[in-house]
Amino acid sequence: MREVAVVGVGLTQFGERWDTSFRNLFVEAGAKALEDAGMSGDQIDEMFIGNMSGGRFVLQEHIGALIADHAGLTKNHIPATRVEAACASGGLAFRQAYATVASGMQDIVIAGGVEKMTDVGGSETTDALAGAADREWEGLAGATFPGLYAMIATDYMNRYGLTREQLAMVSVKNHRNGVHNPIAQYRKEITVEDVMRSTLVADPLRLLDCSPVTDGAAAVILCPMEMAREFTDTPVKVLASSQASDTISLHDRRDFSTLDATVAAGRRAFKQASLTPKDIGMVEVHDCFTIAELCAIEDLGFCVKGEAGKLTEDGQTAIGGSIPVNTSGGLKSCGHPVGATGIKQVCEIVSQLRGEAVGRQVDAEIGMTHNVGGTGATVVCNILGV
Amino acid sequence: MSVPRYWRKQQNRYNLKGNRCETCGRYFFPPRAICPECRREGKIVDYEFSGNGTVRTFTVIRTASDDYDIQTPYAIAIIELEEGTCMTAQVICEPDEMYIGMPVKRVFRKVISEGDSGVIVYGTKFVPA
Repeated sequence: MREVAVVGVGLTQFGERWDTSFRNLFVEAGAKALEDAGMSGDQIDEMFIGNMSGGRFVLQEHIGALIADHAGLTKNHIPATRVEAACASGGLAFRQAYATVASGMQDIVIAGGVEKMTDVGGSETTDALAGAADREWEGLAGATFPGLYAMIATDYMNRYGLTREQLAMVSVKNHRNGVHNPIAQYRKEITVEDVMRSTLVADPLRLLDCSPVTDGAAAVILCPMEMAREFTDTPVKVLASSQASDTISLHDRRDFSTLDATVAAGRRAFKQASLTPKDIGMVEVHDCFTIAELCAIEDLGFCVKGEAGKLTEDGQTAIGGSIPVNTSGGLKSCGHPVGATGIKQVCEIVSQLRGEAVGRQVDAEIGMTHNVGGTGATVVCNILGV
Repeated sequence: MSVPRYWRKQQNRYNLKGNRCETCGRYFFPPRAICPECRREGKIVDYEFSGNGTVRTFTVIRTASDDYDIQTPYAIAIIELEEGTCMTAQVICEPDEMYIGMPVKRVFRKVISEGDSGVIVYGTKFVPA
């Protein structure tokens, strides 16, 4: 296996992007990544695109070719592949690109993610997202996607004494970080009271516990470490990239409040990088709902089970704390274009490691990403360092 | 969803017909074609669940997709059946009556109607026992 570096990153503005289309969102992110790497599109050998549901959101499949075409990459007929694992599609694209470069199969590979979620109405979006869980035996019973995470929250609060206010503090912290992220959907601070007063979606989760519906795209460029300095003075090394699976249905899990796929992917990543959670300077975790951030912090090993609410309340997950979590604003404040999120997380860690995260900079040399599909049926973890 | 997709699971949905593995003794609902523990060494046989169970965790759905919107707010739970397997289902009761550990039993109910002239889907829900 060759050592692999990230040499370019590109992000679009996240939000309700009525002004632009699915394909142009990705073209914008890809072009920014190429510009960041000082590279020509002709140098790209292969492309992987994470996309959850072009078929539901914009009635478009065959995403790989569509994106390659409109990015001007069909001129060289490069292989272009769409990968899908619900909200972990972006993470999957990164891991596929990493494996392709590490194995020596290709030299320069783009990993991207894109989702255009606002071209359909809210009810259609809810229904499409329910496809991330088991449609026949969860969805048909009437369980929405927020409803499944709400059942995790009910179980967790009952067992570990987490308070409703501690849950709200996750959103408050992520919004405080998002204020400083220029691409974030909601650059606005909120209070615990705002969360507690927001509409109930699925008890105990309220609207401000939930990540929003977002349009956006993200892209990163990977190449062998030995080539990286041709493109950038600040290459970021991929220290580990891991993936794990679990039962598609929440009801089949050993423990509803522990994502065993997070535990497995986390352990694999730490093993590959020969590191422990203590070595990680900051982490982007998959906070699709507030409860998900708390489970992730624990399941990755940053604290013991049941302690993440207290850790958050004590400010240890804020910038300046012992383990800053979601400096980008997370899915909650930055936005969650489902297929793009896993790549956006990598972009944030790269910005941090290069010292470019203005207003939210953490002084660290190693960062981690954690991207979840469904309620934990797929998890991708990456560790990056300089 | 298409009519055949509802139809082929009718017996499972109406009567809680699942299956079990005779090799390791595990029960499955929803039914599985292969035992995840024993895989090809497993022997899968049909089994009808008693329908008695306990609420392990729950929520009240306030915002749903179009087909379910008319029913909001409604309670959803993960129910541990007395045979030891868990399933997701609606519980028909006042949402604030729900609690973890609540005993429930199965009932046959309408699940959704697809618009004014579409398919009416029936299945299993639960009520307090």
